Amino acid sequence: MEFTCLSEGKGYYFPPCHILDICGFRVLFDCPMDLSSLAIFSPVPTSSNSIAYNRKFSCSSEKYAGLELNEDKRLKIDKPLDANSLIGAEPHYRTVKNLLLWNVSFIDVVLISSPMGMLGLPFLTRNKDFSAKVYATEATARIGQLMMEDLVSMHKEYRQFYGAEESDAPQWMKWDELELLPLELRQIVFGADGTEFGGWMPLYSAADVKACMLKVECLKYAEEACYGGTLIIQAFSSGLEIGSCNWGISGPKASISYISSSVFSSAAAMSFNYQALQRSDVILYSDFSSCNGLDKFDNDDNCSGAAGNNYSNLSSDDVNSEGHDTLLNDEEYLEEMEKLNFICSCSVDCIKAGGSVLIPIARIGITLQLLERFAVNLASENMRVPIFLISSVAEELIAFTNIIPEWLCEQWQDRLYSGQPLFSHVEMLKDGRLYLFPAIHSLKLLKTWQEPCIVFCPHWSLRLGPVVHLLLRWSADQNSLLVMEEGLDANLALLPFKPMAMKVLQCSFVSGIQMQKSHHLLKILQPRHVLFPEILRQHIGPLETVFSFNYYSENKMVHIPYMKDSELDITVELACQLQYTTLKQQDMNISRLKGELMIEHGRYRLHLGNDEQVSSHPRPLVHFGRIDLNNLLTALQKLDMNATLEEVTGAAGSHKASRIHVSEPSKAMIEVIEAQTVISAADENIASVISQAISGVLDCI
Amino acid sequence: MVIECLVLGAGQEVGKSCVVVTINGKRIMFDCGMHMGYLDHRRYPDFSLISKSHDFTRSLSCIIITHFHLDHIGALPYFTQVCGYNGPIYMTYPTKALAPLMLEDYRKVMVDRRGEEEQFSSEHIVECMKKVTAVDLKQTIQVDEDLQIRAYYAGHVLGAAMFYAKVGDAAIVYTGDYNMTPDRHLGAAQIDRLQLDLVITESTYATTYRDSKYVREREFLKAVHKCVASGGKVLIPTFALGRAQELCMLLDDYWERMNLKVPIYFSAGLTIQANMYYKVLINWTSQKVKDTYATRNAFDFKNVLSFDRSLINAPGACVLFATPGMISGGFSLEVFKQWAPCEKNLVTLPGYCVAGTVGHKLMSAKIPTQIRLDEDVQINVRCQIHQLSFSPHTDAKGIMDLVKFLSPKHVILVHGEKPKMVTLKEKIQSELGIQCYLPANSESLCIPTTHHIKAGASDAFVRSCLSPNFKFLKTNSAELDDSHKRTMPLLQVYDDRVSEGILTLQKNQSPKVVNQNEFMEALGVEKHEVKLAHCFRVYIPDSESGDASDCLPSTSRKGSLLHLISEKLCRELPDFDVQDCQEHIQIQSVVVSFCSNEKCPHRTGVSLQSVDKKEVHFCCSWSVADDALAWRIVASIKNLELDT
Ligand SMILES: [Zn+2]
Ligand SMILES: [Zn+2]
Ligand SMILES: [Zn+2]
Repeated sequence: MEFTCLSEGKGYYFPPCHILDICGFRVLFDCPMDLSSLAIFSPVPTSSNSIAYNRKFSCSSEKYAGLELNEDKRLKIDKPLDANSLIGAEPHYRTVKNLLLWNVSFIDVVLISSPMGMLGLPFLTRNKDFSAKVYATEATARIGQLMMEDLVSMHKEYRQFYGAEESDAPQWMKWDELELLPLELRQIVFGADGTEFGGWMPLYSAADVKACMLKVECLKYAEEACYGGTLIIQAFSSGLEIGSCNWGISGPKASISYISSSVFSSAAAMSFNYQALQRSDVILYSDFSSCNGLDKFDNDDNCSGAAGNNYSNLSSDDVNSEGHDTLLNDEEYLEEMEKLNFICSCSVDCIKAGGSVLIPIARIGITLQLLERFAVNLASENMRVPIFLISSVAEELIAFTNIIPEWLCEQWQDRLYSGQPLFSHVEMLKDGRLYLFPAIHSLKLLKTWQEPCIVFCPHWSLRLGPVVHLLLRWSADQNSLLVMEEGLDANLALLPFKPMAMKVLQCSFVSGIQMQKSHHLLKILQPRHVLFPEILRQHIGPLETVFSFNYYSENKMVHIPYMKDSELDITVELACQLQYTTLKQQDMNISRLKGELMIEHGRYRLHLGNDEQVSSHPRPLVHFGRIDLNNLLTALQKLDMNATLEEVTGAAGSHKASRIHVSEPSKAMIEVIEAQTVISAADENIASVISQAISGVLDCI
Repeated sequence: MVIECLVLGAGQEVGKSCVVVTINGKRIMFDCGMHMGYLDHRRYPDFSLISKSHDFTRSLSCIIITHFHLDHIGALPYFTQVCGYNGPIYMTYPTKALAPLMLEDYRKVMVDRRGEEEQFSSEHIVECMKKVTAVDLKQTIQVDEDLQIRAYYAGHVLGAAMFYAKVGDAAIVYTGDYNMTPDRHLGAAQIDRLQLDLVITESTYATTYRDSKYVREREFLKAVHKCVASGGKVLIPTFALGRAQELCMLLDDYWERMNLKVPIYFSAGLTIQANMYYKVLINWTSQKVKDTYATRNAFDFKNVLSFDRSLINAPGACVLFATPGMISGGFSLEVFKQWAPCEKNLVTLPGYCVAGTVGHKLMSAKIPTQIRLDEDVQINVRCQIHQLSFSPHTDAKGIMDLVKFLSPKHVILVHGEKPKMVTLKEKIQSELGIQCYLPANSESLCIPTTHHIKAGASDAFVRSCLSPNFKFLKTNSAELDDSHKRTMPLLQVYDDRVSEGILTLQKNQSPKVVNQNEFMEALGVEKHEVKLAHCFRVYIPDSESGDASDCLPSTSRKGSLLHLISEKLCRELPDFDVQDCQEHIQIQSVVVSFCSNEKCPHRTGVSLQSVDKKEVHFCCSWSVADDALAWRIVASIKNLELDT
């Protein structure tokens, strides 16, 4: 088996991407794209805010122009970063560059672990050489599709503003233009090591998304999909997001678990089903969240302070029996709830002060949880503030969440069993506390619009969608609040909206396995071998483990040995026909095996072929060992044969051959030369008797 | 190895479904139902047959419930809360959500209306349901290390499932109740082609063959429309779940199309709540219903209102859904008493009514008639009666189709009436050649199972077998219903050629299969070739060619002679590849050539030394494996003299 990490990704919105060669098949894990890179582009100014925006724009460019006069254009490497340095063009999108280096036609299977892991898929599927089978859970496929459609629809605004793109390489992508970019932007364009430039692509179309979805095979959790008869593929809930999953792949030679970022007690999605991953041969550990978590801990603020606490005390006295308790303790869950409550109370405070709240977070689970909380909090404060959910897919998304109880966490499933509606948003929609709108300029929205309000809308990069318009509207309002996720470079993201009087709340949500828990986890899973990201090496520390492990890093192929023989089922019908012989020297029974090999549902099976010869008396086909002449003579004599031994010597007196002459009952001669014996006889019967006698002194199969 | 089936209920009857199946030491209880027809101990399966010590938790690996009907789940709270079973219980999400409604409704009927001592309390139901693990379709659940179960869509009612269970190499399917044709709100049953030792199937309609459902639906709609058009009231007594939603969809849709304004009422809060479940669980309905959820959830009935007692005698036409289904009491009876005397009104009856209920009496009654409820109450029935003839159960053709599709080694019929089951059993045995049984309650049955020998296979062996000689067989899932095609094709790959290897058995080691070279290498032995040889004389008569005077056949003559022999062998051994290689002929390992060596060691027979010009010697050698063939060839060449 060979494993290559194509991209380590960057947190929740840009999951890692790998390729695995197993049992002769190439499996690609996820096909994401890096939407945080959109930050280098300038958002499209809107008509309603264009005056304010233009003023800001022109004044900053004057300042900039003034600076420029004094210096040679070429020498000025580190231009100061301001709103004007952003690229004013229709954006391109950064895909996994290393994936582009692979021959698409060599990929056999694509496994999509989360909606985020799907966003780059149309780039792949629109390639005419693409022939792989794509697997995703039903929920991931649906949510992923809605996210892609939304992305295409939001991007349209750029296209309308800049007009149709003239060529594949737009102006901003020319070298002399790129060299003029400030360092911060150049780092994004070229990647930290300057090699990522190749990954920028113009966005796919709505038709590409549609065609892509036709190639996706949808699975339930723990449904067995069989690829090529050989690989059994199963998705198990990872707890990260509704529908997101880890993968179990098993073939006749190996079983593998792919662990993506996973959450033990999820706030919305069905929790991490780690028991299903027990006892696989190899674990591909692809949860990078704990390294993201570390720098988060270094420069933390109010919102995620508690998250780092568990981290410092790596417990040495681990107890396996308590392992499950450790993994499933609800500390993490309660912390998450606390965070959500904090966001709520901050929002309520804002609204009290007359401001509005803007939440551009794309996590569906978090959105649903916040809606629940707002319903309660606003009611308890007796506030009637409208909540708007603005997105081209808002309606579909909310309708979808109402019919997928099977994919939700226990707490929400319990509501179903107790006869309550799954979500309060059903009621909120009915009584006008919540509104869904496809776009910010829709007529209905303008009619119902009222401030202060709470708005959930895309896009978290702050470059696309309704959020841009609302930020321009509210950025100067010190009473308003922007809730955004950590991990995004806030300085760069907010650049076009500066100066920001608006409050900004940056929070982090649980996005993976804490390092400390991963130790317990692996102890419970009992794999034989684990592959860790190199980046986690120092955090993993000395592992006292029963399993072997090694590390992988981007774009370096890692070889994983197979741990066992292929497993073979021999049908009883065939087994009954086997004729065993016992070997003379070894304590071993052997039998010639002849049948039809089938591979069925990941297992080799040997059937009785419809070949008649199998049922007829099998003759010994191969002899091995050495002939003991005395034994042979004795054996022949026992068969009432008159046999004499003759040694034949060569010219130099060297031993050439031994001959046994049989005179009775009829003439025959046996010549033994090293590893060959020849029986010469005119009579079929005597030849047969002698050959059986020889089989008796040799081992044969 | 065997599968043991202990039938605790639904053996040669309908009611209290419960079969305990033991597969390779794992014991699974399929369904835990109650019998509506009995009020004494016979209403529950005889659990004591499972374990004399009544330690049910230890004696069962798990319980699987197929759907929420009481004849499949009615005894569950009793078994878990009163008998003390505490192990795992599996059912689908909708069943877990809807079963408490059914159980609670039943409990109320028992206690409130019949004044019976309760068998289990509300508390019991709640506690019982907490032990249930909900499963999704196709989800493969590892109950323990050896036992694997999986649910498949069964139609019938929302959330109904057939269950597959596998332990080691032995596998079975228990169908529960199922429907092979889609209806208004549910799809048809759907399952993968599986390798099965046993299928346990329901056989409610073992001898019924039904025509198109749409005809019967139209009849129903026509009857209802006619009644309301003339200002009559329609009473539709149903259970809260299943049929109510199906008929309501039918009417709601019809009302839309015909632009009818007559109100449709639902009587109880129970049904309204049930509708809420149907909305959330819309993924479990038919594809057609599912596809429209984003624009309008099909269970958001547009024309449906909730009913108020005061409306019973309000003027004007209306349609009312009321529970219970067989007019055995409750609200449907209350309304029936009011509406039955008027001939403008219409009452629909379900296809099957238990004896003793008003519904049952109406089925055989001639209108107008009088129905006596008790000593004091008598109802004049003048209204019209429409008997619904659609059923959520498969008909005989459906059962045959499913059994044929799954092709198990054995079939057990349950959940039916004995005489009809006997007919179906004979049909299955004669038409499909599958052993079929119909055990009665409390009977136990043993069935032999599949078992494979497990061995490790070396890479070299597998590689040598995995020539590119694969045959691909696509076995699609049963396309039982076009509107419900969700399963993917199961691809099977067959190797076309015969694989050869060596199986080795060593003490304390699992069996292993290797190929020959590996085996030799591992043992450190060399191959010893055992050959046979025979040098024999053949008299060649003068052929037409004139140069017989040569004391030995010339090279060309030799060549033509060999050619002659090779042609002869070709004729006689059509299955073999006869290679004519100028100097010799080769057939498999058998090599035939001229022998001019007077002292050839292989000339062992009685050899006359006379040298006849017309005599030639042939040397023939071969490996042991081709012994039989070689002697045939020898005989054939010796026959040359006779032939010519
Ligand atoms: Zn049923
Ligand atoms: Zn039933
Ligand atoms: Zn010879």
